[in-house]
Amino acid sequence: MAEILRYEHVDIAYNGKVVVQDVSFTLDDGEILGIVGESGSGKSTVIKAAMGLLGPAGQVTRGDIYYKDYDLPDLSPAQIRKLNGPELGMIFQMAGASFCPIRTVGAQLYESMTEHESIGRDAFNRRAVELLTKIGFDNPQRILDSYPFELSGGMQQRVGIAAAMLLNPKILLADEPTSALDVSVQKQVVEEMLLVRKTFGTAIVIVTHNIGVIGAMADRVLVMKDGRMVEYGETRQVLDHPKEAYTQKLMAAVPKLRR
Amino acid sequence: MTVGPILRVDNLTKVFTRKGQPPFTAVDHIGFELMPGECLGIIGESGSGKSTAVNMVTRLTDATEGTIILDGEDITHKKGRQLQNAYRKMQMVFQTPTESFDPRHTLGDGIGESLRNFGHCRAEVDRQVAGLLKQCGLPADFAKRYPHQVSGGQCQRAAIARAIAIKPKLLICDEATSALDVTIQKEVLALLRQLRQELSLSILFICHDIALVQQFCDRVLVLYRGSIVEEGIPNEVIRNPRNDYTRRLIDSIL
Repeated sequence: MAEILRYEHVDIAYNGKVVVQDVSFTLDDGEILGIVGESGSGKSTVIKAAMGLLGPAGQVTRGDIYYKDYDLPDLSPAQIRKLNGPELGMIFQMAGASFCPIRTVGAQLYESMTEHESIGRDAFNRRAVELLTKIGFDNPQRILDSYPFELSGGMQQRVGIAAAMLLNPKILLADEPTSALDVSVQKQVVEEMLLVRKTFGTAIVIVTHNIGVIGAMADRVLVMKDGRMVEYGETRQVLDHPKEAYTQKLMAAVPKLRR
Repeated sequence: MTVGPILRVDNLTKVFTRKGQPPFTAVDHIGFELMPGECLGIIGESGSGKSTAVNMVTRLTDATEGTIILDGEDITHKKGRQLQNAYRKMQMVFQTPTESFDPRHTLGDGIGESLRNFGHCRAEVDRQVAGLLKQCGLPADFAKRYPHQVSGGQCQRAAIARAIAIKPKLLICDEATSALDVTIQKEVLALLRQLRQELSLSILFICHDIALVQQFCDRVLVLYRGSIVEEGIPNEVIRNPRNDYTRRLIDSIL
């Protein structure tokens, strides 16, 4: 499979203080990579660097992040804006908070779409309904006509995924997309992401502290601790037969349901 | 002589009323007993009424209906000094440790507060605080630190030290390990297990993680939309759920 994203020895610093050190990995077309770690391990920072969301204090101080022919940290804000959306889609922990509360979901999806291509209201509506149907929504028109607060937390998160997928990105970068959800709803969101990959062949990087989520969807997994990579490999290999002491300790601490 | 339950709850109900909206029954006539030394888990999804139920038991919220019997004494309508006495027997540990301490006071002040309230002198309080910290796996000099100067896991240990300071019979943990990383969660659970042994505590353990409840509790209640839909030994409930909701909950664990 073709490689689509490559991190090469990436260091990231906030205000000169290095928080992520020497992170390297590759993402293939259609692959799902899970990045897992505890609070403060730097896992979110790693993908924020690709999205250009490190903020004024944060900087990639060493290494490169290649997407296609672009070296992402070297791009200007204008170039990043062009990539974010149609090439790199994003979803966050609180999808509800990423929407404006006083406008309908449809109006907001339309706005984000017109930022990247010229499309009429009707054509947009047809495309949105088609997409929502494809990724398993029962009543797409109702969703588009709703305000964010009229949807449940799980539904908001699924709409967040749909919003990212409208522009048909090559990669979906997901930062703790299931962490604010109950377990039953969490499963729906995981299934939604798997359906997205199956339908569109989208590659996904999912950052989470939830090892169950990683086990259910990732092809490969990267374990982080204190800003460094601890282990990187095939998901089943890393979860079932961890090599590093830290990964072993992490796996042993996960409460497992004995059925 | 038969021993009575340490906590008995009957018909406990909470109805929230808001102007212009229909009344909402968050907890609907639930009843359960907790025997001395037992650890009872309550699980359920967000909005199932777990925390409202426990807030009524700890009297942080008034019950709309029902009774709460703590160690043979009806505390449903107790106030002021009488309620303070009830807290000698019942202490709480909450989800976010740093928020459960006053940020302007040291951990030592927080842990020793109940001891001072019950009349111990300063030197005695300091001595006991040092012992409590040690018992909960923290160095004695943590007494001088402020909540923001310690990690989440350390702060939760301090919160547990505070809860056991006046030797309660019942410890109520409302998602006490949910905000912690898994490795820290495991350590805090080990501490609770150890204290349960040392102090013969009864524990009411509210948690949304059924796997954790299976590891830690003797019995479990499943709460759904304010009602208890299932009750039993965790292993049996997980292997043979009788209720549809419980089955769905277990099936969705990844």
